Amino acid sequence: MSDPNTEDAVFARARRGRNLLIALSLAAFVIIVFVVTIAKLMANGAANHTL
Amino acid sequence: MTDALAAPVLTAASWRDYLALLKPRVMSLVVFTAFTGLICARTAVNPILAGVAILCIAVGAGGSAALNMGFDADIDALMRRTRRRPVPAGRIQASDAVALGVILSLFSVALMGLAINLLAAGLLAFTIVFYAIVYTLWLKRRTPQNIVIGGLAGALPPLIGWAAASGTVTLNACLLVAIIFFWTPPHFWALSLYTRGDYAAAGVPMMPVVRGAASTRRQILLYSLVLIPLCLAAASTGLGGPIYLAAAAGGGTVFLVLAVRLARSQAGDAIAQPGGLYQVRDASRPARNLFAFSILYLFSLFAALLIEALARMAPLGRI
Repeated sequence: MSDPNTEDAVFARARRGRNLLIALSLAAFVIIVFVVTIAKLMANGAANHTL
Repeated sequence: MTDALAAPVLTAASWRDYLALLKPRVMSLVVFTAFTGLICARTAVNPILAGVAILCIAVGAGGSAALNMGFDADIDALMRRTRRRPVPAGRIQASDAVALGVILSLFSVALMGLAINLLAAGLLAFTIVFYAIVYTLWLKRRTPQNIVIGGLAGALPPLIGWAAASGTVTLNACLLVAIIFFWTPPHFWALSLYTRGDYAAAGVPMMPVVRGAASTRRQILLYSLVLIPLCLAAASTGLGGPIYLAAAAGGGTVFLVLAVRLARSQAGDAIAQPGGLYQVRDASRPARNLFAFSILYLFSLFAALLIEALARMAPLGRI
């Protein structure tokens, strides 16, 4: 029979890992949107400058 | 409120299980072919936006893979090759896999549309829907032509990369699609010749299960006879140069030799014994050889295209 305490620890560790992955994904999403915005602004700025 | 709703489902699924849902090996091939398409378009691309385009394609591929694993859990559980996947193994619920697939798919298409262009976003959306719905839910379980028609989904990433870079679709971009499209049947049917017992057990109508091994071997040869000239044609349209031509001709010759050997063999006539999926019988060795070489052949073709396109663009400082 498996030890419930050990089982709880396994579930808790797995949940922590998943939560960390979600947090990193959200942070990556924010960074991507920011970087894309800057890249687009710079591209538009360069186009206006040549005009 | 019911007990089922009150108590969340406890799961020991780790982040590695969720990563496995995205089929990282398939994703790496999709990224490679999409990046080749993006570079072969020979258009000046902002490196940041090029990176975002490739990220969108990778995430879209991961999303469609998660949808595939969610929808295919029942047949994955019946096949030795797939039954250790997170959903059939019980570590992740099928509904969770589908939810993850939908979220990633929507994210990738939306970001592609907002950051890159609508053509690339539309092609990405079409590819995801074609793979997850048309292939997985419809073709795969109904017709031995499943991987022929469904192969279009795997062939489109270079076109998406091309469209992301240039905003257009040209004949050369379609040629890249055609190469992967005609490469897919010999590749997958060679694999299914020595795993047909698995497909038969799961009720998946793969060609060797429905039409028999002899017919499959003949069709592999026919598709190979179309594939090799198609690959050579890319050297005459300005898409590939001398390195590509050498890879297409040399590799194509080996591909044809292996396809002829397979056609003359008894590969797939006997079904592999239980527990011996990868202990391929001697008779099926020609199928395994073609399967392994087909991967190397496609990789060498796209690597040659990538190297030549980068070499042409580097002096111009276009990337």
